[in-house]
Amino acid sequence: MPSLERAGTKVWQRRTSKQQFAIWFGWLIGAALFLYCWKFVSDATTWFFVWDAPRIAGDIGGRMIPPRWAYIDKLWVPLWDTLNIATLGTALAIVMAVPVAFLAARNTTPSTTLIRPVALLIIVSSRSINSLIWALLLVSIIGPGVLAGTIAIGLRSIGFMAKLLYEAIEEIDTTQVEAISATGASRWQVMAYGIAPQIAPAFAGITVFRWDINIRESTVLGLVGAGGIGLQLQASLNVLAWPQVTLILITILIAVLFSEWVSAKVRHAII
Amino acid sequence: MSDTSFDARELARRWRPPPLIESPRLRWVLGLGAALYFAVAIGTLEVNWLRIYEGLDRGWAFVIAFTEPDFSERWNDIRDGVIESLVMTVTSTVIGIAISIPIGLGAARNIAPLPVYLLCRGIIAISRSLQEIIIAIFFVAIFGFGPLAGVLTLSFATIGFLSKLLAEDIEDIDKGQAEAVRATGARWWQFMNYGIQPQVMPRLIGLSLYRLDINFRESAVVGLVGAGGIGATLNTAFDRYEFDTAAAIIITIIGIVMIAEYSSGLIRARVQ
Repeated sequence: MPSLERAGTKVWQRRTSKQQFAIWFGWLIGAALFLYCWKFVSDATTWFFVWDAPRIAGDIGGRMIPPRWAYIDKLWVPLWDTLNIATLGTALAIVMAVPVAFLAARNTTPSTTLIRPVALLIIVSSRSINSLIWALLLVSIIGPGVLAGTIAIGLRSIGFMAKLLYEAIEEIDTTQVEAISATGASRWQVMAYGIAPQIAPAFAGITVFRWDINIRESTVLGLVGAGGIGLQLQASLNVLAWPQVTLILITILIAVLFSEWVSAKVRHAII
Repeated sequence: MSDTSFDARELARRWRPPPLIESPRLRWVLGLGAALYFAVAIGTLEVNWLRIYEGLDRGWAFVIAFTEPDFSERWNDIRDGVIESLVMTVTSTVIGIAISIPIGLGAARNIAPLPVYLLCRGIIAISRSLQEIIIAIFFVAIFGFGPLAGVLTLSFATIGFLSKLLAEDIEDIDKGQAEAVRATGARWWQFMNYGIQPQVMPRLIGLSLYRLDINFRESAVVGLVGAGGIGATLNTAFDRYEFDTAAAIIITIIGIVMIAEYSSGLIRARVQ
């Protein structure tokens, strides 16, 4: 128990003075790093605009209300597109993520030295790149539209779904798998009857969870031209039609809340 | 053999795994509904095959570019963009954590009074439901182009993530320890410092490191709308169809994310 002699009596200390010093030094380094970074940001900022910010914020806020409710007529089709991007993208991701997950899980991969690292690399690459960047890439390859958005959502979701799924596969009960293989089942039969039933609830949960995230992400894909309600947002921002922007933001908010509600309900029913 | 004996083979052959949805009616309705939806949805995709055919060359060029990424031609742009992204990540994570902790305390029902709780939960809900990119557009409009808008965006997004998880963690703490500290006559500050903080600290550190990771990834995106970082460089590369430079930037992002994930995993394993 570290203690300190002070005026003849021992005073309890939480840490030894060496630990105390190490922690203090750590904080010093952290504070210095933060100040350096802050200076960098500050140097790159035109502070005149920042001091003017409250006035501009008030100005934009004033222009945004009231929302232009009549504009909702033009939002139904983009909303439908947004729903399709998210749902079809999730379906596309399932098709690609399931094999990747089986190749990445330690207990089902054919080779831990050769194939598992490749599967893990696919997962990391897909997860590191935001769906907007995937969309940007696909728009420049296959042109603007809903298809680019769908594929972008699909590519982005592979990593997320495969990662959660392969973790579920690694945690399965091995005795069931052994029981199936003891009957003389082939590799595929073991997967179908020993592994698949065990991960089915996790799989359904992950799918719905990702669908919910995908609705959220597909609302903004239009900003880079990949279809959905984001296109309308971009168009309205370009012409500074702030009342329309307000309405679009409200619509997005409702869509996001709706998808969250659906996913919570479905997950509750499954698990 | 009498008539009452059964043929095990025949039974085994007739066995079917139990279906996921028990009621056959619901199963059929859901199945048909899904099939119908997918048919309609795929029908409205409006695929322009000619455009895709034309794009295949470009897609292939991009795949090729990944095998030979060009770091050298725009090296200065890439370096500046990455440094700016990293700086934005650190700044926004620190600011975000500093704001998240009080809001997280306020959003924990077991230590905050109801009005404070509702206010903090409201802030969290707003931060969580707005996409980073939308906030970035507004902050760029308000604060002007540059990394400050990005830093504020990421800080704001950090609040929703960190406060919510911190509040949930505080709500789950062991009451015994907190009560023991309170019973010694500790003041509010001491109560926080010795009753609550030691219990949530490992998780707070873990979440902060995870958020650092997310903030770096997101910093690559806010640049698309002019809020600083590597995203602007990436956007320019795509606009010029410089796929080899774009590939270099994407590989850089993946590399940094991998390093960050690996090292944050090491630190988390030590503190938890």
